[in-house]
Amino acid sequence: MDNQSRKGYWRENFKYLSILLFIWFTVSFGFGILLVDELNRIQFWGFKLGFWFAQQGSIFVFIILIFVYVHLMNRLDKKYKLDS
Amino acid sequence: MDIKTWTFILVGLSFALYIGIAIWSRAKSTKDFYVAGGGVSPLANGLATAADWMSAASFLGMAGIIAFSGYDGSVYLMGWTGGYVLLALLLAPYLRKFGKFTVPDFIGDRYYSNLARTVAVIAALFVSFTYVAGQMRGVGVVFSRFLDVEVNTGVYIGMAVVLFYAFLGGMKGITYTQVAQYCVLIFAFMVPAIFISLMMTGNPIPQLGFGSTGHDGVYLLDKLDGLMTELGFTAYTDGTKSTTDVFFITAALMAGTAGLPHVIIRFFTVPKVKDARKSAGFALLFIAILYTTAPAIAVFARTNLMDTVQDVPYGEIPGWFTKWEDTDLISWTDKNGDGKVQMLPGSAIVGKQPEFVEGRGELGQRMISNASDSENELYVDLDIMVLANPEIANLPNWVVALVAAGGLAAALSTAAGLLLVISTSISHDLIKKQLAPAISDKKELWIARFSALLAVLVAGYFGIHPPGFVASVVALAFGLAAASFFPAILMGIFSKRMNREGAIAGMVAGLGITCYYIARFKLGWIGSPETSTAAHWWWGISPEGFGTLGMLLNFLVAIVVSRITPSPPKEVQDIVEDIRIPSGAGEAIDH
Repeated sequence: MDNQSRKGYWRENFKYLSILLFIWFTVSFGFGILLVDELNRIQFWGFKLGFWFAQQGSIFVFIILIFVYVHLMNRLDKKYKLDS
Repeated sequence: MDIKTWTFILVGLSFALYIGIAIWSRAKSTKDFYVAGGGVSPLANGLATAADWMSAASFLGMAGIIAFSGYDGSVYLMGWTGGYVLLALLLAPYLRKFGKFTVPDFIGDRYYSNLARTVAVIAALFVSFTYVAGQMRGVGVVFSRFLDVEVNTGVYIGMAVVLFYAFLGGMKGITYTQVAQYCVLIFAFMVPAIFISLMMTGNPIPQLGFGSTGHDGVYLLDKLDGLMTELGFTAYTDGTKSTTDVFFITAALMAGTAGLPHVIIRFFTVPKVKDARKSAGFALLFIAILYTTAPAIAVFARTNLMDTVQDVPYGEIPGWFTKWEDTDLISWTDKNGDGKVQMLPGSAIVGKQPEFVEGRGELGQRMISNASDSENELYVDLDIMVLANPEIANLPNWVVALVAAGGLAAALSTAAGLLLVISTSISHDLIKKQLAPAISDKKELWIARFSALLAVLVAGYFGIHPPGFVASVVALAFGLAAASFFPAILMGIFSKRMNREGAIAGMVAGLGITCYYIARFKLGWIGSPETSTAAHWWWGISPEGFGTLGMLLNFLVAIVVSRITPSPPKEVQDIVEDIRIPSGAGEAIDH
């Protein structure tokens, strides 16, 4: 693998990481902790929304994030022919 | 059949299954012993990681802690799951590509230094021993309650079973046993949860149930908030910890999760880099089934507890209450002399555990010598909430017994994973890599087995002399892992400039300050008791959350030191280039 595509691969990987980790931070530290009091004013079915993010929602998002990452990286590996 | 017979049957059957699997999957080489031969499928590895991960603290302690802390309990839920995102995105694939056996292996090679390796070994042993202490105590609690044996006898039985399959099977035996243990523990956790959810809300899915209405048409959480504020507690959905502290504890648990050696080591067992990513996803999925159910159980348990004992005369109290009272885990002192149970804010006792004295009160209750001045009359050990829940909700005996088998599965699977890390650290990282590099594979395998024996004995000692609550002990292990491993591994992958000097200085600084803080404010070993209270915490951060600061200090020291010392050699920079590319990861390499 030449230097050029090595760099390209790493840059794209890094871009995915940044976006996914931003979402990771937002749903847990953002919605579940820093903004919890504001979100708690919103009723979400039988839950206060902030409380729901802290005890349920963030966890569901975490699972989705990992599987999205798996999917993106498999595609990226294929693009750079690294899926051997 | 009574509970005891059911428990004997279910626990006996599950133990026979674990031992059978261990015999079937004996380790024949060190590679089998350390990384299960490197051929575990991502799904099986996900299941095993989940069992490895979910400890006595998750199974027995967590729902209880959440039941009594409400929103504050979210730190465990987010912390112990969010860490898997870090693991899957930032660590696992690269460490798998690197392809050695242990975390100290990576640290030692990446930082071209036996000193770095030694620091990592010490940190791994420290973290694992802190963590394993809680597991053995969990085993003891389950045995003493359900099989009427002494707590210590329970610990001995647990030691014997773990030793058997860790000794024989190593990672291979442990992996397949853990797959079985996951099935046992998740079934045991979900069955009562579904029953209780159905009973209380008519919805069989606990995750939806605790956001539903009860039979009176009021949302369960609103009702609980109301009950609690009426009695002077903080509302269940509000919590009492400061936002700063919640933030720091969550961050410490996340980074700690990603840095725990017994979790990382699991990703060395899958065949390819892309399997490592997928396997982390499966692991989190299986973990999340329990972790999203636990807060539901917490709400059911807290509501049930208030409904069944609040203002109930002691003479009419349900049977489970007095049974747990007899095992020292519940105490009631009739402070206002009305003969009824009152559960109010404040601790009912002085100190951590009730001290029972001989003789009974006029109503037949057990007497304690350390009742506090607060109006609260009831002490409930947090660990029993999950164990007692099926009884509180009047579920059939076999369900109660099932929970015992599940609690044991959770404690044993985690203990086994930790014991493996401990024995590998000694036999591989210390003896093979440093003291006696010339020993044969066969000899190393035997040394690994004897290290496992040694580790079981030490773990058993901790089980018999337990250091405090199960979950809070475990929480400390995370702070230490967050402050040492997580930064060192992360920078090892993402910074080519990070060198030996920086990494060692960072780990020593992070570990040092975290240990100091815990010794100072948690254990009270340093400083006078008056200045060790919460009011003196630095920036209001509790010892549980301090790992985050330790981690930041580690990053800072490592970056500064690495900039004023020479760059790492060319070969090492090539290693970093190489682990970033997923293809060409061989099987876990023989050495």
